[in-house]
Amino acid sequence: MEVAQLLLGGIASGCIYGLIALGFVLIYKATESVNFAQGDMMMLGAFITLQLVNTDYWGLPFWLAIPLAIAIMAAIGYALEALIIRKLFGQPQFAVVILTIAIGFVLRFIAGFIWGHEPQSLETPFIGVNLRFSGLVIGMDEVFVIGVTLLLTLLLYLFFAKTKLGMAMQAASQNQLAAYYMGVPVKRINGLVWAIAGGTATVAGVMFAARGAIDPSMGLLGIKAFAAAVIGGFGSLPGALLGGLIIGIIEPFAARYGAPGYSQIAPYALMLLVLIVRPNGIFSQVQSKKV
Amino acid sequence: MSLLEIRNLTKSFGGVHAVDDVSFDVEEGEVFTIVGPNGAGKSTIFNLMSRFYDVTDGTIKFDGREITGLRSDEIAGIGIARTFQNIELFDHSTVLQNLLVGRHTKRKTSFIENVLFTPRVRAEERAHRRAAEDVIEFLDLHAYRNKMIAGLPYGVRKVVEIGRALACGPKLLLLDEPASGLSVEETQDVAFWIEDMQKDMGLTILMVEHDMSLVTQVSDRVLALNNGQMLSMGTSEEVQSDPKVIEAYLGVEEVG
Amino acid sequence: MRIHFKTKYDDDINLFEDGRKMFWYGLLVVLAILLPFMLDEYLLGEAVNVLIWAVAGMGLMILAGHTGQASLGHGAFLACGAYMEVWLQNKGVPFLLSLPLAGLFAGIVGAIVAIPALKMSGIYLAIATLAMGVIAEDVIILLEPYTGGIDGVFLGAFTLFGMEIDRYINPDKFYWTCLGVVIIVTFGYANLLRSSTGRAFMAIRDSEISARAMGINVARFKTIAFGLSCFVTGLAGALLAHYMGAFNYEAFLILISIQLLLMIVVGGMGSIHGAFFGAAVVGFLPQVVTMVREVVTTVAIPGLDMGIFALILITIIIVEPLGLYGRWIKIRIWFELFPLARRDMFRRNKSYLKTERMK
Repeated sequence: MEVAQLLLGGIASGCIYGLIALGFVLIYKATESVNFAQGDMMMLGAFITLQLVNTDYWGLPFWLAIPLAIAIMAAIGYALEALIIRKLFGQPQFAVVILTIAIGFVLRFIAGFIWGHEPQSLETPFIGVNLRFSGLVIGMDEVFVIGVTLLLTLLLYLFFAKTKLGMAMQAASQNQLAAYYMGVPVKRINGLVWAIAGGTATVAGVMFAARGAIDPSMGLLGIKAFAAAVIGGFGSLPGALLGGLIIGIIEPFAARYGAPGYSQIAPYALMLLVLIVRPNGIFSQVQSKKV
Repeated sequence: MSLLEIRNLTKSFGGVHAVDDVSFDVEEGEVFTIVGPNGAGKSTIFNLMSRFYDVTDGTIKFDGREITGLRSDEIAGIGIARTFQNIELFDHSTVLQNLLVGRHTKRKTSFIENVLFTPRVRAEERAHRRAAEDVIEFLDLHAYRNKMIAGLPYGVRKVVEIGRALACGPKLLLLDEPASGLSVEETQDVAFWIEDMQKDMGLTILMVEHDMSLVTQVSDRVLALNNGQMLSMGTSEEVQSDPKVIEAYLGVEEVG
Repeated sequence: MRIHFKTKYDDDINLFEDGRKMFWYGLLVVLAILLPFMLDEYLLGEAVNVLIWAVAGMGLMILAGHTGQASLGHGAFLACGAYMEVWLQNKGVPFLLSLPLAGLFAGIVGAIVAIPALKMSGIYLAIATLAMGVIAEDVIILLEPYTGGIDGVFLGAFTLFGMEIDRYINPDKFYWTCLGVVIIVTFGYANLLRSSTGRAFMAIRDSEISARAMGINVARFKTIAFGLSCFVTGLAGALLAHYMGAFNYEAFLILISIQLLLMIVVGGMGSIHGAFFGAAVVGFLPQVVTMVREVVTTVAIPGLDMGIFALILITIIIVEPLGLYGRWIKIRIWFELFPLARRDMFRRNKSYLKTERMK
């Protein structure tokens, strides 16, 4: 029973890691660089939701606030790409990495300036609501997290596999120049990818906030989500989710059964192990350059 | 004994034979050219010799020594230098620095001596510099000596690549499409340089090239490949008049 | 416009291409030596901070700027140097020996880390080093017998040439010690860049495949780069240990590693100068920000320094990828050519992303 309980909690937090990792993968696939600010976008999404929902602030109904927050964050994601990232179009990967780290710092500063550095809790409809199955306690928040993740993954899958826009995005990610020649508006597509990443970040942020307090430095969770993305392979959306679940499940078990002090190393150690065995990720797409 | 002996060389990627049972010798002091349509396996042979790829089957003997077991960075040291089809220079360094990197295999000082810049290092730097200056002189690169690669025109970069390979002090020079993208005048310069390298420096040159006027002008022997297989070998005229070669380039002539 | 007429190869090999350059750098060193007589104790402490960051920055610059291997976990090597220095000093090892040994320890750890890192490139290396930096925080706590765990360690004064040197008691001597280290490291770094090892590093940075074809053993030289880089960073860590006096794992949080990388980007990647420009920004920005803020409001705004620093960084990456040093060179050339400089002289070419993926 204890194992089942740990497993459930692990899956729920794994979904959150998975969703952040999903954001990494989306942007990586499109632009071949990593958005180190994804964790901070999640943080910002959570705070925007908090601003909309909490009675101390605007007190909007929860189910109205969520789509609103997603829309706001999508707009912010698009704007970041259009106003800043796009300026580095064609520059090396490294420049974008540094740029997104800096953007992350700025977002953290802005959030701290507006909402302060004290931890705050999002008022959700599931606080303290539990389902019980013969001794197994399932929090409504956990049900919510797992359900939403499945739904979002399905939506993203359908979007990329079935819609014209989604397929254009895939094309642009594989060969920018060729996609451009074929009439795909590569720049606008990149903006849209960032918008989607902003949206998923918000969902991840709300899910995180549903399970605990939030503060401006929670974006550092993004580092753990890197582990998820690396384990799942940077190019694969389902892989990212799977990687997130693995990390999420390992954590509570390492904390429960591992030696104290060592358990929090587990996700990173696993990630390093994966990188050492498969230096370019599990589903490696990088091959040696052709000369 | 030939300088380079290639026997039954085969390379397959998955099930595709990029190079299929190719054998040829390159004699010392010879200019030997490989021609063939795109995808014929020309560059693959170069990459096999540079040890960027592992051979699937066959042997490559250079100077009597089997090289298929060496690491890619050991190739320059035994006297094989190369250029790249799509220019692989060190973009954020000057022309001079690029040539000096070519001298890497001649270094005798350790990194610790380098940090301390002992008199031995200075003497070595002077020697490298003299060698690089000879290359600059030969290829007429004076005007670009201290220019960054990133800002140089395509034609000059192509020449710098040849220079960097020359700076290695090789016995065998691999030129991967040295004239691609060059103007007629620049191609003519390359032809003269190849002749000078052969006659004055005594270099052996193995070249991949599409420009048949250049091939005819400089090559002692030519090998035509198609789909990884040897089609024809001989002088430039012989190869160009070989029906099999004509067929590979132009397709089969329908009779009737 | 000044044209330097070179008459011998040594003109290019020497550290300073002409007497004029030598004069200016000499003047800079003299000014740096005289600095304790011009600054008050507080500002001198900040100057020491800049010097230590410059050493750490040079350490990372070797790896990231010249060999092209970005590390987001260099704080770990700063910690290696710092804790080793504490341990050695407590064992009674003299400073002249403990300092290089602390650096050496970090260098050896770095060379070991290089083994798995050799196969990684680009973002995977960045992420792996980031993970290593995070793990380092926990490892410091776990190694409590040596690091004092969460409580941390205390490090007092050190003895150099028979003098007891303490950051607070005789800050001028502490400053000169750090300056000495800076000068030695800078000299060694400059030597490296004008010899075959430095050229091999830059070759690996620009084209690994081409470096191989030129006979450079890429694995070996990357390991050397890691080792040297971590050695220098370890030296900075040892100085930092004396500078901080008392510290725990919080001195080496992952944010420190990230800040170190951001710092050399601001200063200018691929140049020694960049490490100094970056260190100056990181060292003096907080004072400047505080001064400006106090004009507007007396209320402290937490995180303002970092926010402004990040904004500066964003601006620099977009308008000047070569950092402050790159901008400095352009301004200097503009003045030298005046009035002949053209507006488009430094225009960058736009390009589409060149993919290294093969699908």
